[in-house]
Amino acid sequence: MSRLAKRLSQAVAAGALLAALAGCTAPTPWVKPYEREHFADPIMSFNRDPISSVYLDHVLESREGARGATGAVGGGCGCN
Amino acid sequence: MQLAEGPGASRARRAGAGRLLTPFRRTLLALCVIAVPALGGVLPEDRADVMWHNYNGGDITVEGPSVLVQKRVGDSLAFSAGYYEDMISSASIDVKLSASPYHETRKQENVGVSYLHGKTTYSMGYIHSKEPDYIANTTFYSISQDMFGDLTTVTLGYVRAWDQIFRDIKQPNGEIVNDPTFHERADHRGYTLSISQILTRNLIADFNYSLLTDQGYLANPYRKIRYLSPGVGEGFTLADQVYPNTRTSNAASITLKYYLPWRAALSGQYRFFRDTWGIVANNVEANYTWPWHQWVFDGTVRWYKQSSADFYSDLYPYANYANFMARDRELASFTDWTLGAGAAYQFRVPGAPWISKSTANVRYNRLFIDYKDFRNALLAGEYGAGNEPLYKLNANIFQVFVSIWF
Repeated sequence: MSRLAKRLSQAVAAGALLAALAGCTAPTPWVKPYEREHFADPIMSFNRDPISSVYLDHVLESREGARGATGAVGGGCGCN
Repeated sequence: MQLAEGPGASRARRAGAGRLLTPFRRTLLALCVIAVPALGGVLPEDRADVMWHNYNGGDITVEGPSVLVQKRVGDSLAFSAGYYEDMISSASIDVKLSASPYHETRKQENVGVSYLHGKTTYSMGYIHSKEPDYIANTTFYSISQDMFGDLTTVTLGYVRAWDQIFRDIKQPNGEIVNDPTFHERADHRGYTLSISQILTRNLIADFNYSLLTDQGYLANPYRKIRYLSPGVGEGFTLADQVYPNTRTSNAASITLKYYLPWRAALSGQYRFFRDTWGIVANNVEANYTWPWHQWVFDGTVRWYKQSSADFYSDLYPYANYANFMARDRELASFTDWTLGAGAAYQFRVPGAPWISKSTANVRYNRLFIDYKDFRNALLAGEYGAGNEPLYKLNANIFQVFVSIWF
């Protein structure tokens, strides 16, 4: 292994270690609660009308081979 | 319900083959109905929706009602209940190839409950779907947690489904019954991960991953493959499909939604899909939402592309060509576009002070599918088997619904 490659791998390892350590402390919320008024607007909902998005997903999934992870349904479905 | 030739069947073969839902998709529908909150620390709103839906395309009409009610009880419990119905009238290209038109109704009921404790929401539910030749029971569970100052919401979900598949036949006296020689089962499991992340005061991201596995009878018992048979009929012969008994798929998507400098929202989504049948799919979608006085308008454009399943073929060279053989259009290679528009009008209901908000909504989507290796076999007599024009499907999708918040 060349010296350059060795130093590069050491730098990557050090970076990964720092990132892991940084993950041990909870990050400070960079968007304060009083700055989130736009997310309370219904137009920012990922799924404003569950009855409608569920139906459209149903139609598309019955015509296509792919399935899942559509956002409107994923994990918890984002129905709120 | 669809009809297949069976013992004592009349000469008029009536194999449906045009059902909107193929068996391996039922679980997805179940996943879709999971009406639990996206945010760990928030329960669904008290809300009721009543909808009429209509799908029309490829000589198939599917329409019916849908109702969804969500109600909180106290500060930490919320219940949901829904009813959905598909009234199907089909004379699709598949039906015309090997059968005659049919009508059937599928009914589905679902219930769910969510419990909020601190910043965690626990949800579970049950879905039952029934039609004359298909019964599906599904349970789902999820846990959702807000973290990092409520900038992040992580949701883990699990779904389990059990299906029973029958095949309908028409007796000589015209009576339609389940084929006593055909009763299959299919089991499904799904694991989902969702991460919602507030990135800036105007931008939010939503990552979704889902792993789905199926085991059992995964084919449509009515649809047929075709293989070359020069000099016989129109140059091809129909035969039963043979599917693998297992399927596992992975799908991941990322959605970004941005609040514009004026009151409007723009979102974009990308999804990647891959499964053990060899299907690889990608889709991209963009949405624009803008309010205007009492109205909210939506515009959508979506592009989707998939490769075919390894065992799919429009026309096999001879009978028993491979261990697995399929000619379901959903397993073919194709590209589709969906263009959509919607409008919601907010109004007051006189004499009902308990209704805090109500909207009347209409949505229309136009679906264009261009198949790359699925040919219009009905034209084999004119063009010769294997040389028919590629099939195209255009469909209109209407939704009209009223929503009230109380």
